Amino acid sequence: MKKRNMVIFILIIAIVGSISFGAINGVKLGKYKIPPIKQKIQLGLDLAGGVYVVLEAQTKDTGKELEKKMEQTKAIITQRVDSLGVAEPNIVIEGKKRIRVELAGIKNSQEAIDLIGKTAQLQFVDPQGKIVVTGKNVKESDVGFQQSATGKEEPVVSLRFDKEGAKKFEEATKALSQKTDPKEKAIFIVVDDKVISSPIVQQPISDGKAVIQGSFDVKSATELANLIRAGALPVELKQVQTSVIGPTLGLESLDKSILAGAIGLLITFLFMIVMYRVPGFIADICLTIYILLTLSIMIGLDVKLTLPGIAGLILSIGMAVDANILIFERIKEELKSGKSLRMAVDSGFKRALTSVIDSNITTLIAGTVLYYLGTGPIKGFGVTLIIGLCTSMITAVFVTKFLLKLTVNTRLSKNTKLFGA
Amino acid sequence: MNIVKNRNIFFTLSILFIVVGIFMAAFKGLNYGIDFTGGTLIQIDLEKKVPTEDIRKITNEFDKNASIIHAGENKNQVIIKSSLNLNDKQTKEIFNKFKEKYNLKATEADKAESLGSAIGSEIQRNALIAVIAASIGILLYVTFRFEFKFGLSAVISLIHDALFMFSFYSIFRLQIDSTFIAAILTIIGYSINDTIVIFDRIRENSKNTKKENYEELINNSIKQTLRRTMATSFTTLISIMLLYIIGVEAIKGFALPLVVGIIIGTYSSIFIASPIWYILKTRTNSNKNLKQA
Repeated sequence: MKKRNMVIFILIIAIVGSISFGAINGVKLGKYKIPPIKQKIQLGLDLAGGVYVVLEAQTKDTGKELEKKMEQTKAIITQRVDSLGVAEPNIVIEGKKRIRVELAGIKNSQEAIDLIGKTAQLQFVDPQGKIVVTGKNVKESDVGFQQSATGKEEPVVSLRFDKEGAKKFEEATKALSQKTDPKEKAIFIVVDDKVISSPIVQQPISDGKAVIQGSFDVKSATELANLIRAGALPVELKQVQTSVIGPTLGLESLDKSILAGAIGLLITFLFMIVMYRVPGFIADICLTIYILLTLSIMIGLDVKLTLPGIAGLILSIGMAVDANILIFERIKEELKSGKSLRMAVDSGFKRALTSVIDSNITTLIAGTVLYYLGTGPIKGFGVTLIIGLCTSMITAVFVTKFLLKLTVNTRLSKNTKLFGA
Repeated sequence: MNIVKNRNIFFTLSILFIVVGIFMAAFKGLNYGIDFTGGTLIQIDLEKKVPTEDIRKITNEFDKNASIIHAGENKNQVIIKSSLNLNDKQTKEIFNKFKEKYNLKATEADKAESLGSAIGSEIQRNALIAVIAASIGILLYVTFRFEFKFGLSAVISLIHDALFMFSFYSIFRLQIDSTFIAAILTIIGYSINDTIVIFDRIRENSKNTKKENYEELINNSIKQTLRRTMATSFTTLISIMLLYIIGVEAIKGFALPLVVGIIIGTYSSIFIASPIWYILKTRTNSNKNLKQA
């Protein structure tokens, strides 16, 4: 029995050790490659660098109506951002009237900000200045090709209206086509208050299709088609906050924070061994598992690591250490009261458990509030704190217990001094 | 040490500190960050340390009151904060002036941030809501798991922590920005964790002792958990302090209040929370005795 437990114990140390080595340095096994955790974990804007903009809707709407408009706005912005080709943009509605757009890795902030805020307002205007149809009634917009007057194939933007738009367009073109003066037969296609083209209407157009000609190349035609397709924003947006973070700043902060974290962990590990001997060593294994688990969950859930997130992580490591300290202090007390090691571990563990659970759940309540009421970095802090607390409870309750029981049944148990008694 | 007996000393100390803090805030105002007041922040890597006066020569052109902070390794970076709301074009212009004068390699500022002042009041309001929401949640949970008086004592000590933190910022004129709020909420989380461990011990010990000598009960419970409190605070503090010492400017602003908060949280769970519970417990009991008599 004793021998077997010792073998299992050493095996666990070896496994945890090699997994952490793999996590730090990455693994290469023939064809299979697992990159180091540092590369896998997604970085928030403050670490990766990039742009963020907070836009506020200028509207008096409230309640359901506002909610609906904000959702629409978000969808449109998402479409626009997608055309920028940003990897995993983060677009969230903050509070009631604000939208936060985070674009990691974007270098040209101006371009991004312009594009997010840009509304391609498309209007068809008759010679009297009356607006016939607007972009609102456009169902589809695409790039097409049409022969120009000189016989060259040139890119155009082809549109298809919805039912309402088609009807309005038909009525207007019918009226225009009946005019005799060519000046009065033109329909002006206006994008963002700029006349793009003004074709002459020869006959009524009833199929709901229209073409915008202009001196486009393929790229500019695609851009316009995209902007029209994305539609007009349902509300006017005002920039209330913008931030550009250089990537060098981010990388520097990450490396330094990792260094700080590593030294802090090392001191904590040593402290635990000095204070609690064998259990302290067990706590170190448990902590290592805890950190690996927490980081894996963060990778799995696509949680982005931010600077406050690092602080949250360190704080939750503190809580994980605390759970172990609570258990070991109890075991020490039980040993001092004269119980055998096996008894002391059992009852000490049981007694510490209510403290561990109650204290962690109350902290969890605070973390949850942070997550739900916080924005941006505060939210990130809340998420890492919640993940950290849950994992720390699980590892303290199950892993520490399992390892303690293993060692109780080995030769190590002969000397209760090794358990801090 | 008889903590319960000397409770008035700790109460007085805390109240004094909080009152001074509130007075300072009322008369001298608080050092709000641009998250609160609105304004612009530009961080530029100058590749060498440049004296503040030289930087002022450029910044005076747009804002004579701009604050200038050196940051980064060897203090090569400069953070310019202005209460003016500059647009993207203006910040770019300012950066270009530095670029020209110091022959910088970078094409853009390391960080350029602009905030409207409307956000500040909203952050403040949200923070207050968050503290209240967290307090109610904790009160409910502790009442459910322990008893209402424990819950009430825990929440009072949390409010103490939040106020203490506020006073700390006010007295030492530290800048209040959005991380300050995260810090306060974190402290609440840490402090409650500490408090609950002691309360848990009090609850357990009160089951084992028949005599209801609360003074002894509390003092013993604190004594029994003291080693744990110290060990936990030590390991957590070490990590956060290292983050403060090694970390970059951006995280320092967050690490410092955490360091202060962990110390306050530890202090309040020992010297504030438990004595408050003592008062609540003995006061109602003596009332009961009076009624019986």
